[in-house]
Amino acid sequence: MSAEPVSTTGVEVGALGTLLWVAVPYAAIATFVVGHVWRYRYDKFGWTTRSSQLYENRLLRLGSPLFHFGILLVAVGHVGGLLIPRNWTETLGVSDHLYHAVAVSLGVLAGVCTLAGAAILIYRRRTVGPVFSATTRNDKVMYVLLIATILLGLGTTVLGNLTDSPHDYRQTVSPWFRSIFTLHPDPALMVVAPLGFRLHALAAWSLFAFWPFSRLVHVFSLPIGYLTRPYIVYRTRDTAPGTRTPHRGWERTP
Amino acid sequence: MRVMAQMAMVMNLDKCIGCHTCSVTCKQAWSNCSGVEYVWFNNVETRPGQGYPRAYEDQERWRGGWELNRRGRLRLKGGGRLRKLFTIFSNPKLPSIDDYYEPWTYDYDTLTTAPLQEHTPVAQPRSLISGQPTKITWSANWDDNLGGAPDHLHRDPMIKGIEDKVRLEFEKTFMFYLPRICEHCLNPSCAASCPSGAIYKRSEDGIVLVDQDKCRGWRMCVSGCPYKKVYFNHRTGKAEKCTFCFPRVEVGIPTVCAETCVGRLRYIGLVLYDADRVLAAASTPDDKDLYEAQREVFLDPNDPAVVAEAERVGIPRDWIEAAQRSPVYALINKYRVALPLHPEYRTMPMVWYIPPLSPVVDIVRDTGHDAEDHGNLFAAVDALRIPVEYLANLFTAGDPAPVDAVLRKLAAMRSYLRDINLGREPRESIPESVGMTGEQVYDMYRLLALAKYDERYVIPPAHAEQAHGLEELATECSLDYEGGPGMGGSGPFGESSGGASPIAVENFRMLRDRQTSDTYAAPVDKGSRVNLLNWDGKGTPDGLFPPKEES
Repeated sequence: MSAEPVSTTGVEVGALGTLLWVAVPYAAIATFVVGHVWRYRYDKFGWTTRSSQLYENRLLRLGSPLFHFGILLVAVGHVGGLLIPRNWTETLGVSDHLYHAVAVSLGVLAGVCTLAGAAILIYRRRTVGPVFSATTRNDKVMYVLLIATILLGLGTTVLGNLTDSPHDYRQTVSPWFRSIFTLHPDPALMVVAPLGFRLHALAAWSLFAFWPFSRLVHVFSLPIGYLTRPYIVYRTRDTAPGTRTPHRGWERTP
Repeated sequence: MRVMAQMAMVMNLDKCIGCHTCSVTCKQAWSNCSGVEYVWFNNVETRPGQGYPRAYEDQERWRGGWELNRRGRLRLKGGGRLRKLFTIFSNPKLPSIDDYYEPWTYDYDTLTTAPLQEHTPVAQPRSLISGQPTKITWSANWDDNLGGAPDHLHRDPMIKGIEDKVRLEFEKTFMFYLPRICEHCLNPSCAASCPSGAIYKRSEDGIVLVDQDKCRGWRMCVSGCPYKKVYFNHRTGKAEKCTFCFPRVEVGIPTVCAETCVGRLRYIGLVLYDADRVLAAASTPDDKDLYEAQREVFLDPNDPAVVAEAERVGIPRDWIEAAQRSPVYALINKYRVALPLHPEYRTMPMVWYIPPLSPVVDIVRDTGHDAEDHGNLFAAVDALRIPVEYLANLFTAGDPAPVDAVLRKLAAMRSYLRDINLGREPRESIPESVGMTGEQVYDMYRLLALAKYDERYVIPPAHAEQAHGLEELATECSLDYEGGPGMGGSGPFGESSGGASPIAVENFRMLRDRQTSDTYAAPVDKGSRVNLLNWDGKGTPDGLFPPKEES
């Protein structure tokens, strides 16, 4: 593994490169944020896990925790790999070798759990009649995007490490990802990254763009507040008339 | 003292004939849409029996309600907050659809479209879950009137410990009906189990409701409720439960189940209680003291100190007066004939029951003795331990003394009133033997036997300053809703997504949708199918009548 920073001087980015590694990410992020705000404002009733546990529990009991805990671990891994710069871990004295070993072992473990869980859940969704008939077209699109992203990600991790000189994504993908959020996007970093990473990133962006319109919104209702709120919630009866605020000019006079 | 008002109900089980009218009208009003076909906010169980869902009272299995930990502090029986979060991806204690029952309809179409044949065509049952032909094996009241009791009765959790006696005397068995709705508990474990904080108790009237905009479908409430009275709508992915018909109660009319009750056995009224004492009462160490503890949480609405405190915290004057006239308070605390259902769950339930004397009366009558004579009845209450022990398992955590006392009061009332009705000199010794005066017994008789509509239902309306909201549509722009977002039956993200629509509009739409489109499992020829169960006699839906002849 090369420790020298990857040089991007003289790399031809081109229109396609700018489109894929600058325009697509910003469009996806904008859709993700605005979409969630819009969905939350206008479709609180549709904001749910839409659990199918009532129909079938035997497979779900195994598959669902496997998938969900796996993907949470994957998310944690991505924070470590994408958001934390390489020199931070170096300062902490984490050697490249150690980092690499942890990343690959955890990544493969989490990825395999996620994939096994997803396989069980998809098998269940297809073969259990009531679950299948409760699957909307929206769900199917979501499954394709999600599974494609997971497969590409896991494939990149596994296949990338079977070669003699695995690609160090902390030199390309990670700085590029951070550069998007610092508003100095550097598409050249991505142009030199291997195909697997590029496909994984593109699949992920399309998943993020679709996210707010799918059942995946339930990720953002992870009820952490439950740990601190009082057990019994009291609420006064709505004093506002009707079930929505009146339009301007139609307010009630006191 | 922190005075709060609670809308509560008492049911007089002696009068229940098990006609299921309450269940049917409730279902038509609240749970007739897709996704909740299996749901009965109100159901009527034959006891002894398993109930609905099956054996829901077996809390060692379902882990509903509260329990005391080793230090005597209250905790959720199903586990604390962290445990709930760690099992959130697959709820370990969720009843499956088989524990309720697989809802079905019949393929009525065959009856009218089958070709001429030797045998009468049969409408086969179809599952409303999978749409496939199904075999009906269970329902919400499959064991009605002890049907199949020899096979099923041993699964009734309340029979544990007395099963030998019940089986031995099966020919002389007893039976009664138990109508159940949500208990609107003072210490609701469903609300405490909800990770999203979507279930709340209304501070004005104590009604426990689900905020469907906040519910995220984690299903912990279903497991947390020991009465299994919160249900999961599998189409919308939201929890649904009995609402105590709040839109009706707010305008001063009783719930649908009470309004339509043929036996007039339901009483609705306010009780005032001290919210500061609820936790201590729910933490009473001995299960058998919970009935008394809960009774002592209620405040005497005629006590001037209570009235003053209630006024200070802003309970309106007419609500206090309603609490003073409340039939529920009278039955619970004045006559002490109403008992809570399963106080041992420690949720402080607020739908109470007058246990039935009829199993005892029936047995006395069958032996040829005078079933109206208080001596015979008292002896029978003492001798017939099985019904009493069974009732005690339901209503007093197994302590037969309070059940005994109630049954004796009811027996005394029977005998005392018979003398009056037959023009004989009433014997004051009878009420005295149960610690009451003749006048009290007569008042109790009036409330139990004669009470008119406005005595059975003392419901103060929600306040005039809020009346506009209750009308929902009167001066709002109703055009906002028609065709607006959320008006379609199915929004862009699945069943019923979109903004909230007022309840009246929702009913209107639901009725319209049902009349025009609801069929089981979306068959291809649904345009020509009619659901006769939902047809209200108005209009001529396509396919109901043969096409008019061209003239």
